[in-house]
Formats: sequence, structure tokens, C-alpha cells
Amino acid sequence: MNKIIKYVITDILRNKIVLIYTVFLLAASFSVFSLEDNSSKGLLSLLNIILIVVPLVSIIFSTIYMYNSAEFIELLVSQPLKRNTIWLSLFTGLASSLSIAFLIGAGIPVLIYQANLVGFTMILTGVLLSIIFAAIAFLATVQTRDKAKGIGAAIMLWLYFSLLFDGLVLFILFQFADYPMENAMIGLSALNPIDLSRILILLQLDVSAMMGYTGAVFKDFFGASNGLIFSFFVLLSWIVIPVWYSTLKFNSKDL
Amino acid sequence: MRYFFFIFFTLLYCSTSAANIYVGAKRSHRTISSALNEAKSGDTIFVDAGLYREKNLIINKSIVLKGVGSPVLDGEKKYEIISITADGAVVDGFKLIHSGISSLEDLSGIKVYDSRNVVIRNNILEDTFFGIYIQNGINCSIENNTLKATGVEEQQSGNGIHCWKGDSLRVIGNQISGHRDGIYFEFVKNSVIWRNVSKNNLRYGLHFMFSNDDMYVNNVFRNNGSGVSVMYSNRIKMFSNYFEENWGDAAHGILLKEISDGFMEGNYFKRNTSGIYMEGANRIYMKRNVFENNGWALKIQASCMDVVLELNNFIGNTFDVGTNGSLVLNRFNNNYWDKYDGYDLDKDKIGDIPYRPVSMYSMIVEKYPPAMILFRSFITSLLDKTEKLIPSLTPENLKDTAPMMKRAF
Repeated sequence: MNKIIKYVITDILRNKIVLIYTVFLLAASFSVFSLEDNSSKGLLSLLNIILIVVPLVSIIFSTIYMYNSAEFIELLVSQPLKRNTIWLSLFTGLASSLSIAFLIGAGIPVLIYQANLVGFTMILTGVLLSIIFAAIAFLATVQTRDKAKGIGAAIMLWLYFSLLFDGLVLFILFQFADYPMENAMIGLSALNPIDLSRILILLQLDVSAMMGYTGAVFKDFFGASNGLIFSFFVLLSWIVIPVWYSTLKFNSKDL
Repeated sequence: MRYFFFIFFTLLYCSTSAANIYVGAKRSHRTISSALNEAKSGDTIFVDAGLYREKNLIINKSIVLKGVGSPVLDGEKKYEIISITADGAVVDGFKLIHSGISSLEDLSGIKVYDSRNVVIRNNILEDTFFGIYIQNGINCSIENNTLKATGVEEQQSGNGIHCWKGDSLRVIGNQISGHRDGIYFEFVKNSVIWRNVSKNNLRYGLHFMFSNDDMYVNNVFRNNGSGVSVMYSNRIKMFSNYFEENWGDAAHGILLKEISDGFMEGNYFKRNTSGIYMEGANRIYMKRNVFENNGWALKIQASCMDVVLELNNFIGNTFDVGTNGSLVLNRFNNNYWDKYDGYDLDKDKIGDIPYRPVSMYSMIVEKYPPAMILFRSFITSLLDKTEKLIPSLTPENLKDTAPMMKRAF
């Protein structure tokens, strides 16, 4: 298993895209922090990078990488190795290289300019999002052999999570404006890892605006230790469930 | 020469008549009340350190009551501790604890009834119902007192410094915490509130009603239940006050309701749910204030008229301005907005395109509070951007026509 992980990581390093991604993150985060006169505004710009760029790069790169390594996977399957091991090591290699890229690219500037609770939450959610979207990419690739279909599905999934879902929530909110929606909103937010991460950061960034009645409901839930544990588990299950399901699929897949 | 003799004899008379009376365990007077009985107007009573249970002390002569080493007056949770009914009385340097609680009589630590020129200074009041209560006072002065209450419910707690009907009062350098309202003014004219710290009160840090021509300067109002409230008053001046950390749905840095001809300069609003909430405010001039890290820097309802904001700094607020209608009769000019993304081609340090401080999303959140959970998501920033290009929901006229490129000061 370790050997495959090592191979995957060196392979990813060799094709340089992840290196460029790291450099891009570094450049972007340093520039947002040094361009703005107060670094909390830099955090806001960085928030957009984390919520949009990280999932996008993570899901697209993982999908393409998986399709390109189809022959390598076939080769591995012909060896005396368990399919579980192959799939999980591929995932571990990809997810860890993406999260390391994020840690170096965004983590270092955040630690330099904003080494506080908001910064740490951002780093943690960024890493989790990298892993989650790698897992979703695995789910997309295992469904179909068709490369165009798979990449298309990955892009649609990204679009859904970062844009369409919020539009739907907003729509539901307007339709049910006369009902108390606070708790339903908490439930809905669990259905989208990007939303959940955003709320976790929002609660610390816009703490004053969140002090209104509705904000207080969210704050009471997500701010208390129970809510934090809940959101952490939800984010974890966003990793575990797609990986577990794709492993099942891969085990019975006709290559 | 005639005048000289007149003054000389007057002084002589005064110096002979004003006696010093001492109270203490080893003095001729054991209790303050016996000293008060003996004292004549103009006398000074010195009270040694110690614990005095004197029920209700009534000062009905113009005397100076001075504590040496902060003697403790205990109201035993039953009595009003000091009642002043004489002009020119001075209470200085006492520690007053445990006044009675009664919502019928408003029992206080020190209460002044219908008097002029009373001075209350350097006292410590702990666990009093009302702290210092001026009922119809003129030219009275409340200086350097520390008031601390531990009320939990609004009903069981009185106001720190309560002034009901008065003229030319001075409230200076007091520290007030844990009361219902820190400082309460009703029907008080021509008075000044200067350098007080009012924090952790249950309701308002400062509560102001029907009081005209007053001024407050250099005060700190922090973490009060609902911030500061100034209502139904005219010609109020506010300089260099700090309004901080007033959190909650109905909490505002300052609430201005039915206020006319006010002037605000150099105030700081930091980390409030909303910095200023204005309703029915007319002709308010706001200049060189700082709004930093508030949820809403300013909520200005459509009922406000001729409010002018100039040279203010808006930094790091979640929403800059919120409003409830499309009618705008107010003027924004030369403010600095950190969210401004216009340009300055002629380099005169003033942005070339107007800034619209009301974002679409703040209108949405105003209407549907749960929508706050979607704030800062991709779709909401998209909505905000389209709204900026083609305003439809946000009031067309609410804009700063000449925003500053750099901080206004």
C-alpha cells in the first residue's frame, strides 16, 4: 500500500500541475494579504479562493488523473493486490498531495498574517474540502469509463455544490419565508460541504452581524462544541461515504 | 473702603460659623445622624472609616459630608441610604452598600430632591437599587463615583445615575456597571456627560429621553444589553464616545429615535450588531466617526430626513448601511468605505464613481433574516455584483457621490 501511495505522490509531483497549483495558491494568498490594508479583508478574499478554487482544482485534477491512470490501475489489478488496497492507496496519494499543496500554498500565508482562530478554521476547512472533492471525483470516475462523461459529471458536481445548491436554498428560503426556517437551514447546510465550511468560517468572521436572532440560532448550534463536533463529523462523512461507495463499486467493476 | 469692610466681615462671619464636626468610634459623635442634627448650614462633617448602619440619612442643610478612608454606609437592604433635600450639600468619599429595593419609591444610594448645587463625588456604590438619583436638580455635579450592581433581571434592578428633571447637571468620570440603565436622563436640559464608563448594564448604557441641549463627550459604552438609546430629544451633541460590543438582535451601538438637530463627531463604533440605528431622526450631522467591524455600521430607516454623513471611516463592517425603504432624504459625502472598488483617474483622492453602501444582500437579510446563513457564498456575491450594475432592490439615491479613496482621517 505504502509503495503505491509513494508512487502516486511522485507521479503527481512529476507532472507539475500540483506544483503550479501550490505556487498559484501561495502567490494568490500572499497578494491578497499584502494588497489589502487590513489583513481581515485579505481573509475574505482568501475565503473565496478556498470555497471556489480549492474544490474546483481538487475535483477536476483528481478526475483527470484517475482517467489517465486507467492503464496503471489495470496493471496494478493484474498484480496480486487487493482491489481495496489499490483504490484506497490511490485516494490517499491524491488526497494527501492535494492537501499538502493547500497547506503549503494557503496555510503558510495564513499562519504568517492571521494566526488566529479564523485562520486555523480556514486551513482546516480548506484541507477537508480538498479531500472531500477528491473523494467526490473518485465517485464520478468509478461510475463511467467515458472520460468526457466523467469529467463533465465532475464539473457539474462542482457547479452544483458551489452555485446551484445555494440558489436552491435561497429559493426554498423565499418560498417558506413565513415559517421559522432556522433549524431547517442548519439541516440543509449539512447537505453541502462547501456551505458547511463557509458557515464555520462566517461565524467567526462576521460575528457581530451573526448576533441577531437568526444568527444567534446558528451561533448557538455551530458555535457550541456539539455543533462543532456535528459539522466535523458531517464533513468527515462527506469523505468516508463517497470513498466507501466508490470502493464498493470499484471492487465489482469490470475494467 | 466700605466694600472692603463688608467683604472682610463677611469672611470673618463665615470662618467663625463654619465648624468642623467629626464622627467616628473615638469621636464625640458616634453616628452620622447625631452629627447631622447638630450641624448648621456651612459646616463640614468628617466621618472616620468604619461601618455605619444609620437607616436613612437625611441631609436638609447645606453641609459637606466627607468620608475619610471611605467609611461604609449600609442600607441593610431596607432603606434609602442618603437623601438630600438641601441646596449646596456635598457628599464625598463614602462607600454605600445594600440599599433597599422598591419599585414604588425608587430607593437609591443617594437621592437628591428638588435641590441646587449639590455635589456627589468620589463615592463607591455597591448593590444599590438605584445608584445616584437626581429628582429635579439644578446645577448639580456627580463626579468620579463608582457604581456597581449585580442585578439579573430588569425589574429587580434600578438605574445607575438617574436624572429625572434637571438643568445644568454634570456627570463626570463615573464608572457604572451592572445596573438596568447605566445613565438615565429624562427631562434634563443643558447638561454634560463627560468621561464616564458605562458597561455590562442590563438594558442601556445611556438612556436619554425628552432631554434637550445636552452634550456627551469621551464616554465609553461597552457591552450593554441594548447599547445606548437617545430618544425624543433635540440639539444633542456627541463627541468622541466609544460604543463597543453591544451584541444582540435589538442591540445597537446607539439608537437614535425621534432626534432632531443632533451633532456627532469623532465617535467610535466597534463590534456592534448595528453601530447606529436611526428612526425618525432629522437634521443630524455626523462627521469624522469611525465604524469598525460592526454587523451593520448604520441602519437608517426611511423615516429619517436631512441626515448628513461626512468624512466618516467605514472599515471592516459586514454591511455598511441597511435601510427599509426606497425613500432617501439623507446625504452621504466624502466618506471612506473600505468596500469601495471605484477608481480615481484625476488623482484628487476622491473616487470618480459613486459608492452605494446598501448591498442587495443586506436588503434581503433585512427581510428574511435566515438568509444570513448564505452570506458570502458565491451566489450572493453574484447577486450583489449584478445589483451594483443595475440597481433594482436597493434605493437608487442612497449613495456617496464623492467617496474618499483613502481613510478620511
